[in-house]
Amino acid sequence: MRKSYIMPGFKPTLGFTLVYLCLIVLIPLSTLFFKSMELSAEDFFNIITHKRVVASFRVSFTTALVAASIASIFGFIIAWTFVRYSFPGKRLLDALIDLPFALPTAVAGIVLATIYQPNGLIGQWLMQGFGVQVAYKPLGIVVALIFISLPFVVRTVEPVLQEFDSSMEEAAASLGASRLQVFVKIIFPNIFPALLTGFALAFARGIGEYGSVIFIAGNLPYVSEIVPLMIVTRLEQYDIPGATAIALTMLLISFVMLLVINLLQLWVRKRSGQL
Amino acid sequence: MSIILTNISKNFGKFAALNHINLEIPEGELVALLGPSGCGKTTLLRIIAGLEQADSGRVVLNGEDKTEQHVSHRGIGFVFQHYALFRHMTVFDNIAFGLRVKPKKHRPGEADITQKVHALLELVQLDWLHDRFPDQLSGGQRQRIALARALAVEPDVLLLDEPFGALDASVRKDLRQWLRNLHHELNVTSIFVTHDQEEAMEVASQVVVLNHGRIEQQGAPSDIYDHPANAFVSRFIGQTNVFSGDDQDTIWLQSSGLPINDKPGKTAHVRPHDIDVEKASDEASAHAVLKDWQHLGALIRIELVKNAADADNATVYAEMPNEQFKRLQLNRGDKVSLRIRNAHWFH
Repeated sequence: MRKSYIMPGFKPTLGFTLVYLCLIVLIPLSTLFFKSMELSAEDFFNIITHKRVVASFRVSFTTALVAASIASIFGFIIAWTFVRYSFPGKRLLDALIDLPFALPTAVAGIVLATIYQPNGLIGQWLMQGFGVQVAYKPLGIVVALIFISLPFVVRTVEPVLQEFDSSMEEAAASLGASRLQVFVKIIFPNIFPALLTGFALAFARGIGEYGSVIFIAGNLPYVSEIVPLMIVTRLEQYDIPGATAIALTMLLISFVMLLVINLLQLWVRKRSGQL
Repeated sequence: MSIILTNISKNFGKFAALNHINLEIPEGELVALLGPSGCGKTTLLRIIAGLEQADSGRVVLNGEDKTEQHVSHRGIGFVFQHYALFRHMTVFDNIAFGLRVKPKKHRPGEADITQKVHALLELVQLDWLHDRFPDQLSGGQRQRIALARALAVEPDVLLLDEPFGALDASVRKDLRQWLRNLHHELNVTSIFVTHDQEEAMEVASQVVVLNHGRIEQQGAPSDIYDHPANAFVSRFIGQTNVFSGDDQDTIWLQSSGLPINDKPGKTAHVRPHDIDVEKASDEASAHAVLKDWQHLGALIRIELVKNAADADNATVYAEMPNEQFKRLQLNRGDKVSLRIRNAHWFH
């Protein structure tokens, strides 16, 4: 069957896509794979099951998950506020959202560490009021990751909220639904796929984040050491195969998790007739 | 359930969308709110529904003042112009929604809900679509599902905002008839908004004509057509020829057989079917020249140019049955004599 396209150029664009993906993504990542092949299976296994490495995996993935969840909730509320209401200074605040994209992450880390350390501006208040220490603890990592990943959620949810047909809300209300029911049964299911995308982006960003985290985490072995730091430490000791082994493992776990999120999203969309 | 609106006003900034509206709708009527776009008809409907708040005035449904009540407690069913179906739910879940969100003690069991939804789907003749999503339906199907969804909660009043506005002409014709029949069957007080006078005349038992945020006239379709209250209504409902009523036009009308004793108004409105056309027997009895004609199905619309010294060249329209027109054997440019049987005079 002949298909006709309005825009010509399927072959050159596909060719470009493949070449680009090979040069930028596939070849560098496959070197990672081949470099770690220099290790025997046993060595590889020993490196990645080393207690300190396993602990860092736990720290990285839990903090990234928690941070992405919190960023999703906050991001949703912020996007909601921007889309639904107009208030003075909205444009200024809107521009502020993207700042974490532009700021060097190390700067963010240093600033956050200064403020949240036990005698910092917010840190001392949290310490005295609630006995909670943020900086130099896993909680500090979560704070840094929320800061970094918030724009991902806001910017993915915003356009979908904007396009949401508000007469659906009116219809639900006219059928007797309470405000909570309108939100839970009408608005949220329509926004959920976008929120899931935002979550996935925030999560992926969180796992890979290095610059801001090392300043606020304290980097205590077994407690607040993240995987990227383990990799950098190995590299500094010229243990390149060790670094690649950890990196490859992290890559595989991240890939599987993102795949699961994508499948979940597909399922949600299918179930709600959006495909 | 009766609807009484007293002194409803609504402003959007400086624009007065509704201006002291008083309206009474008896139980069981099928009412059309008719008017040109921007006349405030949709705003009025949304105020009755509670989707919009009036700046002043009261909304009384069945003797109960519901002005301050939230839309979810008014006992109304609302059908939106663009359907507003829940696109993440199947047709079945859409219709069941109103039943499932009821407070626990009023909520019917799942079996009752299933039964009721299928009954409604049968009412709108779409039971075979129950597991589809709204995006998979045609416009007419969506509108009927939207109606079934609104009916599921057994509303006391059914409100429809331009229900057929987004549909193509043939589907619209079918649905009009269908809505009329449905209203006969259910007899729930219904109000629908439209800018299409033909639709209003065909479907409604009562027509309310709105313009610039005011009610111009309310009455049965035939009343409004035969006895328009003012020039706006006369011009808006059906075709009409407007004569200025200056001396020249008056003489022309008189010579065309319209009896005028002390002119009752400034302008005369003449319906095209109130003008009889004959072939002129001689020059003296000729009132107009036939310019052109169009087939409107059963009727022929004839375009005439007044045959008077320095007359404005405005076209006068007359209508007659197809058969009669054939018998007259008229051609373009023929001189014709007219007899004007009736006119409405307005100031």
